[in-house]
Amino acid sequence: MSRKKIRVLVAKPGLDGHDRGAKVVARALRDAGMEVIYTGIRQTPEMIVEVALQEDVDVIGLSCLSGAHLELFAEVMDRLRQKGMDSVKVVAGGIIPGEDVPALEKIGIRAVFGPGARTPDIVAAVRRLVTGE
Amino acid sequence: MPGKRRERWEKEVLGPALKRFPERQPGFRLTSGLEIRPLYTPDDLEGADLEESPGYPGEYPFGRGIQPTMYRGRLWTMRQYSGFASAEESNRRYRYLLEQGQTGLSIAFDLPTQLGYDSDSPLARGEVGKVGVPVDTLRDMEVLFEGIPLDGVSTSMTINATAPILLAMYIALAKRQGADPARLDGTIQNDILKEYIARGTYIFPPGPSLRLTTDIFRYCRQNLPRWNTISISGYHIREAGATAVQEVAFTLADGIAYVRAAIDKGLNVDDFAGRLSFFFDAHNNLLEEVAKFRAARLLWAEIMKERFGAKDPRSCMLRFHTQTAGCTLTAQQPYNNIVRVAVQALAAVLGGTQSLHTNSYDEAYATPSEEAVTAALRTQQVLAYESGVADTVDPLGGAWLVEKLTRDIAAAARQYIQKIDSLGGALAAIEKGFQQREVQESSYRYQREVEAEERVIVGVNKFVTPYTKIEKLHRVTAGEARKQVARLNKVRRERDGGAVAAALEELQKAARGEENTMPAFLRCVEAYTTVGEMCDALREVFGVQREFLIF
Repeated sequence: MSRKKIRVLVAKPGLDGHDRGAKVVARALRDAGMEVIYTGIRQTPEMIVEVALQEDVDVIGLSCLSGAHLELFAEVMDRLRQKGMDSVKVVAGGIIPGEDVPALEKIGIRAVFGPGARTPDIVAAVRRLVTGE
Repeated sequence: MPGKRRERWEKEVLGPALKRFPERQPGFRLTSGLEIRPLYTPDDLEGADLEESPGYPGEYPFGRGIQPTMYRGRLWTMRQYSGFASAEESNRRYRYLLEQGQTGLSIAFDLPTQLGYDSDSPLARGEVGKVGVPVDTLRDMEVLFEGIPLDGVSTSMTINATAPILLAMYIALAKRQGADPARLDGTIQNDILKEYIARGTYIFPPGPSLRLTTDIFRYCRQNLPRWNTISISGYHIREAGATAVQEVAFTLADGIAYVRAAIDKGLNVDDFAGRLSFFFDAHNNLLEEVAKFRAARLLWAEIMKERFGAKDPRSCMLRFHTQTAGCTLTAQQPYNNIVRVAVQALAAVLGGTQSLHTNSYDEAYATPSEEAVTAALRTQQVLAYESGVADTVDPLGGAWLVEKLTRDIAAAARQYIQKIDSLGGALAAIEKGFQQREVQESSYRYQREVEAEERVIVGVNKFVTPYTKIEKLHRVTAGEARKQVARLNKVRRERDGGAVAAALEELQKAARGEENTMPAFLRCVEAYTTVGEMCDALREVFGVQREFLIF
């Protein structure tokens, strides 16, 4: 029996246009059989949460390479909570120094994938978050 | 047709050897997919006239370099790109680099400055001072260049959508220092087409953006004759995942579009083409990269002469800046990056670059520390003064392999340019998402090759060991953004509001009409109008551009 497809929103909050990683991840998730929505660059936290709500996604993958991740990811998490979307799992990637990972985990981000992360690991992590397996 | 001696060697020597010791992988390819052969001999260049192409340095078609003496005359400009969270801190770094023997400045601006938002805009949240220096008004530029006479340095500014504003500020500041704008030396990136393809910091639709570009060409021709009015950039296209061939082809296709736009505005090709400059990436494959730089020079000379009928040899010279490939830096085993950067920098020098930025080993994490940026600059100095490669012109010229690859890359790029022509030129192709899709395909293929371990990245998918993370990372705190906003508010309080309103009105009027917008930008910046105010005024006139192809 086929399970409902996992729905993932890949989103780029902030102003940086470095979308190579986000697009590679989006494509790898899609090739792994997931339903992927990619927002494009320069999205505000409001826009991202709005799309996540409309598209009824299971997971949001946030990508930021400008160094604005702490502020912007926190705002996404706040807005998700305000909308009662606590069941949506959030993962992140980009140029994120290791020392910031605990702070991101504290606000509820489930996994952080830095430079050199492998897409099979990202796919597996997303799947595990949704299915709990 | 292989010569007799080569045929015999292949049959009697190579064949038996391959039977006993097969090659270590099924085939060897360049990033562009072009095959690289086991051996190159004169047979690979049969029928080629090397006297014609690459020719001789300093004359058409410039395959061996744009000057007759190249680095025997003057070394390339060592230009480290940097910009910190505040104008004060950036100013300190610029002075430090100049003291260390750097020969040109290169300014990194933060994203709000690049996208036309003031530091207190809600859209600038979290971004102020993160990837470069924030500039809201002329006041920030005054601090940024404190103690640096603008007529004594050459300054490169990585600025595109807001290029006319930052150029106007630079001119205004020079005037205040008492410098003659005609003596100003430097470059603005001002390349909006690659923003649509790869880098993402565009504001307005292509039509008005290209109009601002040509306004700068015209203004500089009159007032800043030594200024490089554009740096047509393949760097970001390559960083986004393009192959070497795509980098050359898409960059030169953009170049064609700028030349066409200027000619359509009534400019004479030889009046502006000599001020065009280029910006390329230096990736890891040394031989492919050297051939790439030479191929780009040959192709551009051909395009300018044959397509645009340029008469002045300077119009046919492809002058370029190089940066080593940021995308090849790894967070794993970061000190390996120093070696990668050295190899890439060597490729740029062997390829005849006019200026060079070497990346710092900690850049996979953050803006470089002083220690890391010093090591990067020293890498260039070792190449320049110790390696010997700067002591003769085009040292690899005439090598069978290099000449063959130069021809192959030029031919493959020429085909891509023909394809873009058939789509209606670079802009029409961008609107269809052609270049973006090609780059995405290449980047995904590259990632799969790395993950399948067909492509080795030392320390990432082979020779993996635990490693020490870099300490002393450069961090930007929220306090610095608050200071910037405070300075902005002070300027807003102290300036003449009436003069700002009048200058903005004049800017909108110029934007709606046909006249050159540069004088209106100058009037705005001199009245301490903010970057955000000017861009908002232009957004009303021009509208804004959305992403052409998302995924």
